[in-house]
Amino acid sequence: MNRAAKVAYGGFVVAAAIFAAMFVGALVMMAIGADVFRTYWVILTEPLQDLFGVTEILVRAIPLSLVALGIAIAFRSGILNIGAEGQMLMGILAYAATAIALPGLPKFILLPLSLLAGAAGGALWGGIAGFLKARLQVNEILSTVMLNYIAAQFYTFLLRGPLMDPGELVTGTGTPQTIRLPKGAWLDRLVEGTRLHAGLVIALALAVAVFFLLWRTTVGFRMRAAGAEAKAARYAGIGVERYLIIAMLLSGAFAGLAGAVEVAGVHRRAIEGISGGYGFTGIVVALFGGLHPAGIIPASAVFGLLLLGADMTQRSANVPANMVLVLQGAIILSIVAARQFMNNPYVQDKVTRRFAKWFGKRVPTVPEAAEAACPDPADVAGPCTAGEDGQGDGKNPAEGR
Amino acid sequence: MVNFLTNILILGVPFSVALLLAGLGEMFNQRAGVFNLGCEGIMAMGAFLAFMPPYFLAGSMPAGMANLVGILVAMAAGALMGLVFALVTVTFRAPQGIAGIGLHMLGWGTAGTLFRHFVGGVTGVPGIQTLPIPFLSGIPFLGPVLFNHNPLVYLAFLLVPAAWYLLFKTPWGLKVRSVGTYPRAADTMGINVNRVRYQALALGGAMAGLAGAYLSLAQAKMFADDLVAGRGFIAVALVYFGRWHPVGILGGALLFSLAQSLQLSIQVAGIDFPYEFAVMLPYVLVIVVLALSGKSKMASPTDLGKPYNREQRV
Repeated sequence: MNRAAKVAYGGFVVAAAIFAAMFVGALVMMAIGADVFRTYWVILTEPLQDLFGVTEILVRAIPLSLVALGIAIAFRSGILNIGAEGQMLMGILAYAATAIALPGLPKFILLPLSLLAGAAGGALWGGIAGFLKARLQVNEILSTVMLNYIAAQFYTFLLRGPLMDPGELVTGTGTPQTIRLPKGAWLDRLVEGTRLHAGLVIALALAVAVFFLLWRTTVGFRMRAAGAEAKAARYAGIGVERYLIIAMLLSGAFAGLAGAVEVAGVHRRAIEGISGGYGFTGIVVALFGGLHPAGIIPASAVFGLLLLGADMTQRSANVPANMVLVLQGAIILSIVAARQFMNNPYVQDKVTRRFAKWFGKRVPTVPEAAEAACPDPADVAGPCTAGEDGQGDGKNPAEGR
Repeated sequence: MVNFLTNILILGVPFSVALLLAGLGEMFNQRAGVFNLGCEGIMAMGAFLAFMPPYFLAGSMPAGMANLVGILVAMAAGALMGLVFALVTVTFRAPQGIAGIGLHMLGWGTAGTLFRHFVGGVTGVPGIQTLPIPFLSGIPFLGPVLFNHNPLVYLAFLLVPAAWYLLFKTPWGLKVRSVGTYPRAADTMGINVNRVRYQALALGGAMAGLAGAYLSLAQAKMFADDLVAGRGFIAVALVYFGRWHPVGILGGALLFSLAQSLQLSIQVAGIDFPYEFAVMLPYVLVIVVLALSGKSKMASPTDLGKPYNREQRV
């Protein structure tokens, strides 16, 4: 395949995947008797009508991008972190507890300190799963899902008990929430009259940092090696188990920070329902962004739009906001299914030959890249990936069991 | 004290059914080499669809009939979702862990969307009634514990030997085990690996759908967004704990349901213990059990989680 055909092919696969996901969503919309085109129109354009909508998209994109960056670190290292939801909650608890305990500190100390505490809370929660995986071979998907449920209960317990706003007991409403946090722990708003806050800068800076960590440092290289092929990495002297734990600590720290930033910038007190599915949406964002910071940042804006649009359809098109979960599930399934067509030169070759039959056009039987670098593609177990960039490493780092 | 313990058993036995059904289904999936984490989403869908006929057809047909229709619809939808998962992971050879999370979100979201649109709030249904077995239910201790439940409980316990027979004593069971252990050898012997995996996933999906139907029709007698509450994931963990064997899965399901009924009994008995920590108990137990049964990896089907590509050279 030549370069133009490759681009066209990739574009076609992506379009087919998006179409398949939207088709599944449309089936559900039809089942509830909603106008499919109007619903999609509302989801995708309504939030973009005014400046407020755009800032609200970004407000949602901030925690999404942080969670997704953490998940990308974990996936690249060969460990599936489904526990961002619980890690966010632990981050919020650690951040809020620090801010409440030290209200007198000046802002330039308290804010970084409490945000770091939030990251540490998430790292602790992620680290448990990493440790269990590395030392006791506990399946990380199951352990992180269970830790989500445990964190949710722990969060409710603290918000209804030790961390509850004493004023709620006095007035008797009993809303489970903390007191309003000291101003020193707040992240400033960027645009007056909107909720857009300085977390945006943190998210962008950390995206760059993640790129440098994963692709420009030894630690990052070893983490990616452990994720791409653990056996080979071990043979090369990399302590795979250690890097699994490091990856989960970092991944949890990002989720915890996402929770802390969300509270510091938007709510300014810990309330129930903050994580609101960000942990799961973050997985979709990470996959949609190709597990790369340069893809995750735009992807988080797309999904911020989707989340906001889904809220709006609830009001204007009478479609329940759960619809966004349906779309996210369908998107995950179609992305992972499409990868096979994207990354495997052998499948690409097969597909193009099929098309050649239809159009009567001859195409080379061996992909150029494979021919250039591999002695004989037929002798190589698995897809030969020589000549492709780091993203298309054929062997999927997120392969789970 | 004896009364307290008997009550835990009486409560615990029916609690185990949803875990047992979903666990047995997941066992067939994993024995065929496919790790289906979408179990939770299939259960949510099954729970919702089974709830619908009794809710809407309450007046127009007998309750038992409506329940049966609900159960069959739930199983059919479960099988269909199993086939969707097979399309993604077997035909398109997608990584199974993450695809399972996608299926979970799809099922969970669809059930929630349809529920909010068609029902709206929490509403009860009469559900499946208890069917005491004559004579046997009169036995002093064993009667109430084992023979005074709804029909699905008996069915689930009968499915344990049935699943054992299907997996270990029939040609199809041998095919399932072979495609999960050494698909290339199975392929060489003329077994269509992908077709057997499709069949196993459809069966596992139908059983997860039945498990969901049990939750909404027999256990809770209502539907809510978070009705399944992680039971699908626990069922997957049980398969590890039970070392891919029906009897082991039965033991695991009973362990968890007894932990849950213990937790409820403690609350009912008024022992001062934070409610949230009691709810945590089963989830903590899953992690502990998984950590302790780490060695059971050795008993796992050797090609679990690996897509089979017959065109790939070895």
